[in-house]
Amino acid sequence: MSAPTPLVELRNVSKVYPATVKGAPDVTAIDDVSLSIDAGDVYGIIGYSGAGKSTLVRLVNVLERSTAGEIFIDGRDVARLPERELRPVRLGIGMIFQQFNLLNSRTVARNVAYPLEVAGRDKAERATRVAEMLDFVGLADKAGAYPDQLSGGQKQRVGIARALATSPAILLADEATSALDPETTHEVLDLLGRVNKEFGVTIIVITHEMDVIQTLATKVAVMDQGRVIERGDVFDVFSNPQQAASARFVSTVVKGVPSAPELAVLRARHRGRIVTLGFRDDSVDQSQVFGDLSRDGVAFQVVYGGINEIQGRPFGHLTLALTGEDATIDAALDRVRAFTTVTEVR
Amino acid sequence: MFDSLIDLLPEFWKAAFETLYIVGLTLFFGGLGGLIVGLGLYLTRAGSLLANRGVFGVLNVLVNTIRPIPFIIFLAAVQPLTRAVVGTGIGNNAMIFTIALAAMFAMARIVEQNLLTVTPGVIEAARSVGAGPVRIIFTVLLPEALGPLILGFTFIFVALVDMSAVAGYVGGGGLGAFALLYGWRQFDPVVTWAAVLLIIVFVQLVQFLGNWLARKALRR
Repeated sequence: MSAPTPLVELRNVSKVYPATVKGAPDVTAIDDVSLSIDAGDVYGIIGYSGAGKSTLVRLVNVLERSTAGEIFIDGRDVARLPERELRPVRLGIGMIFQQFNLLNSRTVARNVAYPLEVAGRDKAERATRVAEMLDFVGLADKAGAYPDQLSGGQKQRVGIARALATSPAILLADEATSALDPETTHEVLDLLGRVNKEFGVTIIVITHEMDVIQTLATKVAVMDQGRVIERGDVFDVFSNPQQAASARFVSTVVKGVPSAPELAVLRARHRGRIVTLGFRDDSVDQSQVFGDLSRDGVAFQVVYGGINEIQGRPFGHLTLALTGEDATIDAALDRVRAFTTVTEVR
Repeated sequence: MFDSLIDLLPEFWKAAFETLYIVGLTLFFGGLGGLIVGLGLYLTRAGSLLANRGVFGVLNVLVNTIRPIPFIIFLAAVQPLTRAVVGTGIGNNAMIFTIALAAMFAMARIVEQNLLTVTPGVIEAARSVGAGPVRIIFTVLLPEALGPLILGFTFIFVALVDMSAVAGYVGGGGLGAFALLYGWRQFDPVVTWAAVLLIIVFVQLVQFLGNWLARKALRR
């Protein structure tokens, strides 16, 4: 039995922009990235701005040309296809954008119809499909409205309807919720979740927002300076990042271990020893940890941290200030080590 | 004091018609040429759909060379070309060719600037669904920039009226020639001002029309 072919596969892909000024070094936006994304995945690509996420996602539908490597869509290398042959490929890959990118000169219905026109579908078929899609995104009553009459969330829903009009197997979401407020973000994420579950569309989500990964993604790749530095199940990467850079990134969205300046503040404010405990669902038993500490006569105070939940599994870090006899504390910490990671920060 | 104007009324209306004729045709040809050259500038600039450094460089230098030439000098300078194309260097048709040529390069810059206001993301969205350059020009670029383009054409209309007045110097007709010949040379300010007023009326009407159309295109 061979493993099923991934729907999207990048093999040693690089994108180098030639220097704009003579003598300056070339700019490597994507540096030898390999990724494989299975059908049905919601694959998050997370990283700081400038990490190369947006470029990477544009290599998939070849809006940008890679300078090295192969890009397989459903088993076919598209990286070097001439522009003309890319058009049918692109009809199979929907894309939504941070700034929605709707045509302001067209009504909502005609925006959704646009890819169908490009695909050469006849008028009756277009009308049926547009009505279906607007129904799906809950904007049937806005068919005749113009984009500038819509809220941000509505615009993105039109964007989703447009991207899915030709029933693509893949949807690329480039910071699709970054211009939206938190509440609207959740509406759009729910909708994207339905797109994945009801239509079986494979979604590649580019984001710097923890929320998006948390609610939507099943797998995640962390990007830094054009490279994928870590990848895996969302829970594993977020609860136990392996790379320093991904840990740093995760810590900006998930409160974990206090940073050096934060620690200085904690030190100034709290007496005693400061210890960070890590919790993961398979080992978490907060009540037992706290029970052990107090039974041993260690006074403790939670001074920093938080518990997050990803795909229904909790994880997080709590930083405690412990006061009491040194020996007592050591003994208690040894016991606690059995079911949680303990990091003493000095 | 209006006697001379009343006597000149047939010439006055004829001149008014000639102005509309010259301006109408130059707006059409110059506008069309400007649209094409402007699209050329836009499409071939670095990072655009049909980026081509050579073509862009040539168009850019051409536009920059021709645009700053004062029209009356341009008129004399391109007269050999006019003669070759139109068959004569004087008269209304020669004027129309020359004005359209000058307007084309002025309009090209305006078209280019208006197209640059179209968000690159919208073009990217069209590319992402498989649209090719020609489709993008007609379904994205021109419709999205239509409002400002109409205002650009309105703006160039005023310049065309201005240029058409110079037509008088090379044997073209129109209100400019009329004002020069019967007003200024005859020391008759009433006749001059009659021509001026009618030009103002034309410009006002066209500006009003342009604003109205642009508002419709922009839906605000």
